[in-house]
Amino acid sequence: MPKRIFQWLMIAMLLIAARAYALSADEAKSMASGESDARVAALQKAVENADARTVRFIQALADDAVKLVGEVPVMVLDGKGIDPVTQAEVSVPDTAEDVMNNNRMRGELDTALAAVKLLSPEVEVRRAAIKTLGGQVDAGKLPLLEKALASETAPDLKEKLQLLRAAAMLGSDDAAKRLEAATQLGSSAQAATKTLLVERLQVETDGGVKAALQKSLGTVEARLAWGDRLGAIFSGISLGSILLLVALGLAITYGLMGVINMAHGELMMIGAYATYTVQVLFQKYLPGAFDWYLLAALPVAFMASALVGAALERSVIRFLYGRPLETLLATWGISLMLMQLVRTIFGAQNVGVENPSWMSGGVQLLGNLSLPYNRLVIVAFAVAVLAGVWFLIEKTRLGLFVRGVTQNRPIASCMGVNTARIDTYAFALGSGIAGLAGCALSQVGNVGPDLGQGYIVDSFMVVVLGGVGQLAGTVYAAMGLGILNKFLEGWTGAVLAKIAVLVFIIIFIQKRPQGIFAMKGRSAEA
Amino acid sequence: MQRRFTLKALTAAVALTTLSAVPAFAADTIKVGILHSLSGTMAISETVLKDTVLMAIDEINAKGGVLGKKLEPVVVDPASNWPLFAEKTKQLLTQDKVSVIFGCWTSVSRKSVLPVVEELNGLLFYPVQYEGEELSKNVFYTGAAPNQQAIPAVDYLMSKEGGAAKRWVLLGTDYVYPRTTNKILRAYLKSKGVKESDIDEKYTPFGHSDYQTIVADIKKFSAGGKTAVVSTINGDSNVPFYKELGNAGLNAKDVPVVAFSVGEEELRGVDTKPLVGHLAAWNYFQSIKNPTNTEFIKKWSDYAKAKGIAGHKDKPLTNDPMEATYIGINMWKQAVEKAKSTDVDKVIAAMAGQTFKAPSGIVSKMDEKNHHLHKSVFIGEIKADGQFNVVWKTPGPVKAKPWSPYIEGNDKKPDEPAKK
Repeated sequence: MPKRIFQWLMIAMLLIAARAYALSADEAKSMASGESDARVAALQKAVENADARTVRFIQALADDAVKLVGEVPVMVLDGKGIDPVTQAEVSVPDTAEDVMNNNRMRGELDTALAAVKLLSPEVEVRRAAIKTLGGQVDAGKLPLLEKALASETAPDLKEKLQLLRAAAMLGSDDAAKRLEAATQLGSSAQAATKTLLVERLQVETDGGVKAALQKSLGTVEARLAWGDRLGAIFSGISLGSILLLVALGLAITYGLMGVINMAHGELMMIGAYATYTVQVLFQKYLPGAFDWYLLAALPVAFMASALVGAALERSVIRFLYGRPLETLLATWGISLMLMQLVRTIFGAQNVGVENPSWMSGGVQLLGNLSLPYNRLVIVAFAVAVLAGVWFLIEKTRLGLFVRGVTQNRPIASCMGVNTARIDTYAFALGSGIAGLAGCALSQVGNVGPDLGQGYIVDSFMVVVLGGVGQLAGTVYAAMGLGILNKFLEGWTGAVLAKIAVLVFIIIFIQKRPQGIFAMKGRSAEA
Repeated sequence: MQRRFTLKALTAAVALTTLSAVPAFAADTIKVGILHSLSGTMAISETVLKDTVLMAIDEINAKGGVLGKKLEPVVVDPASNWPLFAEKTKQLLTQDKVSVIFGCWTSVSRKSVLPVVEELNGLLFYPVQYEGEELSKNVFYTGAAPNQQAIPAVDYLMSKEGGAAKRWVLLGTDYVYPRTTNKILRAYLKSKGVKESDIDEKYTPFGHSDYQTIVADIKKFSAGGKTAVVSTINGDSNVPFYKELGNAGLNAKDVPVVAFSVGEEELRGVDTKPLVGHLAAWNYFQSIKNPTNTEFIKKWSDYAKAKGIAGHKDKPLTNDPMEATYIGINMWKQAVEKAKSTDVDKVIAAMAGQTFKAPSGIVSKMDEKNHHLHKSVFIGEIKADGQFNVVWKTPGPVKAKPWSPYIEGNDKKPDEPAKK
């Protein structure tokens, strides 16, 4: 809230200096109530020579902070009613109705505010304003844009303003101006520019302008195509990283230890619910640090799943080593029990896990390519987990023992390795990684009792395709499947892509049952 | 010999007691079947409808019941299993001998129940919006037909107020309801002069959770002109879809998404802040202000608190199918009183033209012929608190057209169920 007040103050100072044009009660009323057409007209008129009060009122409208007392609009700021015209504090009765803004109204309000902010002394405010305006400018904004352009000092913003001006000029009655605009717009990389050019092309009559439009459209589209291609690759990598996370735990429990663990998905689900629990606790006891709950959730999710995994191994699975069919049935039964347990504790409905604020939104790379933060974080997280697992398996004593037990249990035992304990540790590690995957999944998908069911097939697919007993194979398989899936999806649609990938895997396994990489190990020999 | 005799005697005795017990029992109560999934994937949406029927039954019983008899609910759980819906219906009609059934959500389950109620001459009240293309003498449809939901929504998005959309993405889950609805919408859009190249139809499997490609495609498509998305995505896939929309920076001002299966209950537990401004089309919203609705919400809140219904006892929500269920059972009660009997054929005849003061603020009327309700259509924008802002509504109730005129050959079909 202080930030917003600061903004107002700034705008206020700026505008008082420029012109003092008082907001009248009639204007305020016509902006807040009535038919949208009339409201938009009143708003556009008010923006032309807005004073600080008008801007404050428009800001309040955009924030849905205006109520109608009878027919008089009143701003409600920090719980206090303020008359927009006199700025005096007034009481707001309970019967006051909210001013309703639909999408169109909200868009107009934002555009109006952005237009006013174009003249702000702060570079960042201007940048944000230009971004909000995007391609949505009409000829009416031209004088304002000219003015902003004349006073703009930052070179990159100047460039953007020029494009905005060109976009506004595209609707001009003067063919020469349209020609200039059409040529200038060729240097844009915005999807909105394409929209503008396409729409203009449909109504354009002048031959010369038409040719210029066509040419600009061509260059803009070529630039946009790059964004599309990179976007497809990124979504492939993102899906791949999710597949990698869900399969990595299984690569240890199934790949290295040879346990067909049908409850793997449920271990992920436990990780996701652990994340949810941490979120709820943060909301209750540490609302100030809510944005960082995810960091606290990581170890909790890991430990919760690892402990459940260890308990499973100790109580059930260790009695079933070497009996794959019984293991399969037993773990399947356990998965049902775990699901029912969660249903009893948390209810059958999905629970809502919120993204921390630093994970929502995305970074704009190209005009039409923005990478969502949550996906970027998950890709980075997958890499980190992979590095951690690799280090643990290849570089530590525990990893050495795990590999030793995997390759030859009796010899390892003869060397004094407590194989039973190593089994438990390895299984707990695999389960814990499943918990981490669950924590990551909670940021992109639904958290419900059957969360694991949706991923169990995928994770087995990745491990089998990569080659049982191989971490590197798992990585290649996950990335390969992710990118293949996304490219097929763009080409055939989601339903067919899923089928095509399954068919591909069936054929691949027929031709090469040992997976991409084959390795000798206990399970490979069995 | 002795043993066999004992067995026979026992069977006979049991049969006799059952026979004599049933009429005696039936004399004081009227049995009402409730056929909603209480487990499985659809439990999320359907459980609350079971509670709505129970609440209405309590209310009717408190006022003295129907024809001087109390209503007795018979609750069964078809567990989101489509063939089980048919079995449970048979059980309700032949063993429990219920006078009426309130149930089903998905069109698949209704199609599964249909032959059973028709064969045994039962009576089903179906409370959910659906794709039309069906009209049975034994079913009353209290949810919306396509012309009471889908078509007005598209009209709104085409209007200046709704953003004057020129291009359309029809996005749905891959099954009968979205496919049929989109077939109707495609024909409708074409009749409004929308070109084939400006319509993009997409489907995802049930439970799909990775909407990156789809959202990227929508973004690409929307660069070609003002675009609106019509979503018939069902179930919890909606959450990742809306999340992806928000993260990709597609907000409602640029590309509005209108959903037909997303209501107050579905938005529970979803972070609605990035979704503000996206739309839903229904015949009822909890946020509608009128005395009938205030009373309805209060009744539901009190009932949910008294019965400790999970979720609703802390945050009571009402939605469109709940309202439709509530109208359905009350109309049935009125029809039984008019017919002075629970006989199915007499009740069906008495249902024609029944009216009821609906929480949506209109006097809802059962059509004299086509077994569908006349309903007002509302379009709401999602607010930050998960409720809806009504931004558009029809001037009055709209008559249902179960046979959409936009599907070929439907113009010859009669607007009433075939007589048997």
